Formats: sequence, C-alpha cells, structure tokens
Amino acid sequence: MSDPIETDVAIIGAGPIGLFAVFELGLLDLKAHLVDILDRPGGQLTELYPEKPIYDIPGLPIVTGQELADRLMDQIKPFGATFHLSQMASALTKLPDGRWKLTTDAETDIIAPVIVIAAGGGSFVPKRPPIAGIEAYEGNSVHYAVRKMESFRGKNILIAGGGDSALDWTINLAPVASKLTLVHHRDGFRAALHSVNQMRELAAHGKINFEIASVKALHGEGGRLSSVTLSGADKKEWQHLCDMFIPFFGLTMKLGPIANFGLNLHENLVPVDTAKFESSTPGIFAIGDINSYPGKLKLILSGFHEAALMAQQAFHICKPNEKLRFQYTTSSSNLQKKLGVA
Amino acid sequence: MKIIATDRAGAEHIVEGRDGWTLMELLRDAGLPIAAECGGACACATCHVYVEESWLDRLPPRSDAETDMLDMALAVEPNSRLSCQITAKPELDGIRVAIAPE
Repeated sequence: MSDPIETDVAIIGAGPIGLFAVFELGLLDLKAHLVDILDRPGGQLTELYPEKPIYDIPGLPIVTGQELADRLMDQIKPFGATFHLSQMASALTKLPDGRWKLTTDAETDIIAPVIVIAAGGGSFVPKRPPIAGIEAYEGNSVHYAVRKMESFRGKNILIAGGGDSALDWTINLAPVASKLTLVHHRDGFRAALHSVNQMRELAAHGKINFEIASVKALHGEGGRLSSVTLSGADKKEWQHLCDMFIPFFGLTMKLGPIANFGLNLHENLVPVDTAKFESSTPGIFAIGDINSYPGKLKLILSGFHEAALMAQQAFHICKPNEKLRFQYTTSSSNLQKKLGVA
Repeated sequence: MKIIATDRAGAEHIVEGRDGWTLMELLRDAGLPIAAECGGACACATCHVYVEESWLDRLPPRSDAETDMLDMALAVEPNSRLSCQITAKPELDGIRVAIAPE
C-alpha cells in the first residue's frame, strides 16, 4: 500500500458534475482528487451516450456526450486535479483529526476534510445475467472481464453477448482456449464490422463455435461449472459442456459501497440541503444525480449549480480561518491567473 | 388509456397511459422499478420489457438502434422491447407488458 494522499477534496465520480466541481473548487484554490470505477473520465456521458446529442447545456445548443466530457476536461485543466481511474471508492472512515479517509479497492487512501459524492446512478458494474445460482460460480468459473488471459488457457470457454467485448474476447481467447463457443440470441451483432467478420472466419474454420441461443441454466459443483443449458430460437434446449462462462452484457449502475458509508440514504439517494448540498454528515456533500432534495431535477445543469454552491461551503471547511472572496472570472485578474489566461 | 404492467414479482399494475408519452416514462412515473439509466436515449437497455404476444404486431417494428441495444439486455426473448422506444397511443389501450429481470 502506498502512502495516503492528503488533499482538500476527494470527489467520488468523474462524470460531468464531478469534473465541474473541480473547476468550482479550483477557483477557490481547493485541490481535488477524483475516484472513478471507469477507466476514463466522463461517467454516463462517455459510457452510456458518447455519440448522442445533448441540447440542454446552457450556451451549447448541441453537444455530444463525448464532446461535453472533453470540454469539461479542457476547462478544468488549469487546476491539475488527480484522477484515480478504474478504482471503486470502497470505504470511508472519519479520522481523529476530523478529516475523512477515502479508500479505494486499489488501496489508494485519500485524506481530505471534504468528500464530494458525485456518483450519479452509482458505480458502473457488469450486468449479471438473471440465471439462478450464478453467484456461486463467480470468481471461479464465471467472469465478467478477462484480467489475465493465462487463467483461461486450456479451458472450454463459453462467451455470451453480441457487443464489442464479446467479439473481441472471442477472437483473443480462441487461440488460448481448448474450445470456445460464442452464444448470442440473434445472428447479428452490435460490434465493429471487422470483429464480426473475424469471428465468422474463425467459426468457418472450426476454430470457434457460434450458437444462436441463450444461456438458461448453469450446472456444476462447488463453484466449478461443468455444463450449461442453452435454449435456441425455437425454444429447444440442449446441454453444452464448458468450464468457463464469460457473459458480456455491458454495464449497469449500482450504488455499491457508498451504501455502507454510514450516510443517511433515501431510496439510494443522498438527501442534501439546498444551500450547501451537504448531506446530514458534515463535510460530506452530494451533487448531481445521486442527491435528493425538494424539487430535484436530474439534469446536468442542475448538477453544475450544485457544484458551485458546494464549493463555497467546502472552502469554509478546508480554510476555516480565511475569508472567502467572491469574484467573477470575467473581471478578476486573480481568478484569471488561476485559469492561466492572465 | 391503460397499460397493464407485471412487475418482477408477478404483481399486476394498471398504469394510466398518456398519449405521446413513452411506455418507459409511464412505467417509471408510476413508480415501477424500471431503471431507464440513460433516460430514454436508447443507450442502456435498462427499460427492457416483454410485450404480450398478441400486442406485438400492433407496435412499430424495432429500429436498428433498438435491436442493437437489446444485445446489451439480459434474457432477451422474441417479444423483448425497450419501453423507451414505444409511444403510448389510444390504439394501445390495454397493452400488457412485463418488466424484464434486472
């Protein structure tokens, strides 16, 4: 484990609201570290709808999810925030000196007087197929990602799904597996054409099998898979022998460990006041889709506003002996210096 | 206009339809557990429902985008649809749908 990081503010979630919080905090000279389970900033913008147009960002008549994320990254560049990506915020503890210690599943410790939860709909985690008893096989025979290809060597692998991940791993694991079967519910894919062609080529040469079917049941003992029941389009079922099952159905959002942070939660949301966007636990703020308050609208623009007000209170917590000087970026040479434009 | 929705526990709910609203919006606003993570952009497949067979051909066919997105849904069946892609209208009065597993 590396030494703990000390900073002003730890932000959970690097979606649009977490990113803009860096800006508002930066104007007040507060440094931020962000933690996100995804491998790149942007949150839902880049994970769910990178190509979709957004029409309700003030001043940007049309912007795609990816463009908005890129622009926010550009806007916060002067403030040098540190990103801890592909990490899940897993625990939050209060230290004797009143600060918080945020720990991630990669054992990064961030110590800060202020925690900002900007986690949107929660952590993006792989979708788990609704197959009875699948949990018992997870980690052993059922995997939602391929971390080490070697652990799949010589295995009889079943991959399910029709997206890029399913096809990419079908192609990559084919030479490693003793046998590899791809199952998908239709003979069409939501994936790069060259991957689809490559997969069909492998199937044509008998290097892999492709079945139009879905997985209905898992069979095995002690967490070790021995076969699955597949069901075809005509509802005909058959047994398929395999010892590894890798379902790729994309990601979904789950609240995750935040539920265990000891916060007052209401229907998986963090109630906040609308002056400071602070939770009922002092020093812990919630902004964006994850908070709730009377009149809440889950809009990006609302989250931006929430970030600005949060930053004011964060300043008072981080710098209790300093007077907050309210300034405009248009006229303040001091702010312009921070932004690197003066 | 009514929509008859079966939740994951098998309980039936009668949801008031509104002309021009999507089924996803109606189910969500009725408090049914439909995640609709992307908010109706046909980008997440978390508003997946099964439409009772007798109603299927009264719906406009799946768009390519919906067909593609259903690849990311779990437990897809021939009667699977994304409820954000179905617009309520008087002809659909009485339509029966079941919310797909999470």
